[in-house]
Amino acid sequence: MADYQNLFTTVQATSRHLHDGVPLGPYNSSRDFKPWLFHLLGRLGNAQIGPIYLGRLGLASLFCGLLWFTIIGMNMLASVDWSPIQFVKQLFWLSLDPPSPEYGLSIPPINDGGWFLIAGFFFLASVLLWWARMYTRARELGLGTHIAWAFAAAIWLTVVLGLLRPILMGSWSEAVPYGVFSHLDWTAAFSLRYGNLFYNPFHALSIVFLYGSALLFAMHGATILAVGRYGGEREIEQIVDRGTASERAALFWRWTMGFNATMESVHRWAWWFAVLCPLTGGIGILLTGTVVDNWYLWAVKHGVAPPYPAVYPPQVDPATLIQPR
Amino acid sequence: MNIIQRLTTAVIALGTLLALAGCERGAPFERPPVDSVQSGYRGTGMLQVYNPRILEPQIEQNQPPAALPPASSEGPKASQVYQNVKVLGDLSVAEFARHMTAITAWVSPNEGCVYCHNPANFAEDSKYTKVVARRMIQMTQHINVDWQQHVSNTGVTCYTCHRGQPVPSKIWFTAPGQNKGADFIGNKNAQNTPDQDSVKGASLPYDHYTEYFKEAKPIRVAGNTALPTGNRASIQQGEYTYGLMMHMSDSLGVNCTYCHNSRNFGDWSQSPPQRTTAWYGIRMVRDLNLDYMEDLTSIFPVGRKGPLGDVAKVNCATCHQGAYKPLYGAKMAKDHPELTTLVQVVAGAGAGGGAGDAQAVKAAADAVAGTKPAPSR
Repeated sequence: MADYQNLFTTVQATSRHLHDGVPLGPYNSSRDFKPWLFHLLGRLGNAQIGPIYLGRLGLASLFCGLLWFTIIGMNMLASVDWSPIQFVKQLFWLSLDPPSPEYGLSIPPINDGGWFLIAGFFFLASVLLWWARMYTRARELGLGTHIAWAFAAAIWLTVVLGLLRPILMGSWSEAVPYGVFSHLDWTAAFSLRYGNLFYNPFHALSIVFLYGSALLFAMHGATILAVGRYGGEREIEQIVDRGTASERAALFWRWTMGFNATMESVHRWAWWFAVLCPLTGGIGILLTGTVVDNWYLWAVKHGVAPPYPAVYPPQVDPATLIQPR
Repeated sequence: MNIIQRLTTAVIALGTLLALAGCERGAPFERPPVDSVQSGYRGTGMLQVYNPRILEPQIEQNQPPAALPPASSEGPKASQVYQNVKVLGDLSVAEFARHMTAITAWVSPNEGCVYCHNPANFAEDSKYTKVVARRMIQMTQHINVDWQQHVSNTGVTCYTCHRGQPVPSKIWFTAPGQNKGADFIGNKNAQNTPDQDSVKGASLPYDHYTEYFKEAKPIRVAGNTALPTGNRASIQQGEYTYGLMMHMSDSLGVNCTYCHNSRNFGDWSQSPPQRTTAWYGIRMVRDLNLDYMEDLTSIFPVGRKGPLGDVAKVNCATCHQGAYKPLYGAKMAKDHPELTTLVQVVAGAGAGGGAGDAQAVKAAADAVAGTKPAPSR
């Protein structure tokens, strides 16, 4: 038995009286499922599971999402002649692919991209409905809408990949396939087709914010855990009534790197880094093929890609030579 | 650590080892340590990765057989002594016998002469294998004479592909399309299938052989200009190209940077010289498939053909078999000058001849005359 307790210890502070949450105003559904306690999950988070607020938006979103999921699954299952064993064995290879390039933006046959477009429609509907749910639930609880807008950043990248860019390119075939390996193959082929995505500055920014998010997450988590012994995990209280935990955390970072975020601002840092990752990434994808066709040559043109000393004898494209045959 | 934690750790460690050991055989993942050899400017990642545990047995497997002692060119010509000698008639009888000995050892060491010849009449063309073999000798000469941009003066012999087997181990047929039933649901899009050797287990489109080694579909997909100027290559096309490159990489046992500078795969000015050799290799393979293999379609029995009734065709692996140069660059052809000169076929030379002969002669004559129009596809 630990002799000192803070909120990070494994002691689970639970009540006999499980609560449903705050009372809801008009135009709200009731909450579903009777709450119960789950000890093991209590070691990772709150032991109380439920109730869930489903509501009309949530139900509609789940319905659309389930359709999207089922359409993909059924196509994969049909592609292995409805064999459940082969479905499991080949799962990582199976895919629902976008229409072939020759169809452009027209309506393709059902089995050559038609299912993909139908699935994509329901995916978009599901995600947007879920976004609206995040927004209204936050409002209903009297919260800000930061979570909804962070989710919107992720939706932006998805919509660019699957809807906006294919439309601007004039071909549904540019969209990303639904499949484990196939979407990875798409990623590689996309970079090869458009002259190496690593020279896309927005791709670079996206990676900065991706890795930056991980770094900030680690720094912040470690800092708060480290000052937990002084009550530093009570972050909100430390913001309004700064105690020794906050002072020590700030001193640590000022000593080690000269600058410290505050109890409040570190969360803005984290939010913006996370949000800017898909935001910049989406811009980079949207520009690819529409505005820039070869990112390497673009980088050479703008002095980004350095020349290296030639080490090979000069090669001439043999296709430009007159062949003897 | 308590006993359960120790046991768990031990099981995880053992499992990881087993998984790594299993990967070695499966090829896509290779157990470290591997050797890397720098081939370009420092710091640019231009290097070749070799796994000594894979390379060692492979080098042993890719050794050429000892050359036969040279034969005298004196004496009467083979065409004067034997009947129905159409391609190698200019050789002396001794040279001709030496060639026949060599080709038996290269192609049908277990089956012997009778794999191609009717023991009752060696001259007649009743066995399809003899007609094919004659055409293959012409093909070998054609490669050594007309495709030096790819084979240089190293050249090829029958053994380069056959390795003591009547049918080379690495050949390809056009893949049959997916049975889509009512074509309502479950389209695999000619990809997304495991165990496809042509793409080494990736979910890439797997029939790129037909696209590039038979039909001359455009391989280049990347744009030549920074901004869009009309390059409409699709990502799907990019995936086909990617599949072809996987095949080349696997066939030669090399990684991408053997031929390409990975910062810009399409740029010739930064490419290693091997890329030029490979470019001619792709054209050579296509030429051989169209002008030699396809013409033999009616000669081969059904059992030797693919599921769509097409003839066996060559790709990079047919000769290379995992080596950056077939047989690691052993110069076998120099010991067989009869394979490094192009011989005009004397139509109707000698007597004899069996069924299918006329067709073979016609095909051979067409190819040698070089007048055959490109097959329309």
